[in-house]
Amino acid sequence: MHEFFNMGGHGPYIWPAYLVSLIALGALYFSRRAALRREEARDKRETDA
Amino acid sequence: MEQNRKRVFVKAFTEFSNPAKFEALARTVSPYAFGVFLVAGAIGLAVSLFFSPPDYQQGNAVRVMYVHVPAAWMATIAYTFLAAMSAIAFVWRHNVADVAARAAALPGAVFTALALFTGAIWGKPTWGAWWVWDARLTSVLVLLFVYIGYMAVWRSMTDKARAARFARIVALVGFINIPIIKFSVDWWNSLHQPASIIRAGGPSVDGSMLTPLVTMLIAYTAFFVWLVLTGVRAELISVRRDARFRRAPRSVSTVRTVEGAVSDA
Repeated sequence: MHEFFNMGGHGPYIWPAYLVSLIALGALYFSRRAALRREEARDKRETDA
Repeated sequence: MEQNRKRVFVKAFTEFSNPAKFEALARTVSPYAFGVFLVAGAIGLAVSLFFSPPDYQQGNAVRVMYVHVPAAWMATIAYTFLAAMSAIAFVWRHNVADVAARAAALPGAVFTALALFTGAIWGKPTWGAWWVWDARLTSVLVLLFVYIGYMAVWRSMTDKARAARFARIVALVGFINIPIIKFSVDWWNSLHQPASIIRAGGPSVDGSMLTPLVTMLIAYTAFFVWLVLTGVRAELISVRRDARFRRAPRSVSTVRTVEGAVSDA
């Protein structure tokens, strides 16, 4: 297990690269989804009104 | 036959300049794009981290490639898409094209930032430096600034039609940078490796590394498709609301302005 995380001494480079990529893609996903839901909710509110 | 094909293309082109039809298409396609992203991403991640071998020279540091190359790939693909949409909007006044171009900007900027960040992380163990001012790295940094400039134009003007006109020009001028990025490794001396996937004579990457790389490329591309479609859907709702609002009686528009919902009414 330790060997896997260590990645032959390259762990400190590999894990931040994957982690930051994951966080960035996650942030894009949630911001786009939130924007769509916000617009849909506002649209619904105004057409119902 | 040729005439018929041309007619089908023109029909599809004009069909999807209709926001309602595009919205319906986007709603149908986006779950599939997201599904492809999830499946390819999970497989790609597993193969990248567990099943692909270390490189004989770079060791395990080569695994950074599986997140770096797709990000760099998407950075240029997203910009090419953005510029193509801007050109379509410029020439044909295609209704959805400006919206699609704008929807590609933020994902493109994030992919570019990721390419620079993961590239620096890969550079340290392989080149011994986080950053060098060589042509490939510098031109990608310029790409990030072009994306930021493009988004700033949209945000700086309340008149959307005017912002769109300026944004199209920025997008088309900025496209000059794309061939510079692509050929920078051939035109100038660079630490960065030359093209190793799309090149004459086929890929120079071994199959055991090409599999995770291609899987991740598919995942990133599908995610980009989802991001653009979702962004376009959100923006079209907003555009439709603005249009409805402009047609509304004045008393209603006053109320809306007080609420600060639309500033250019």
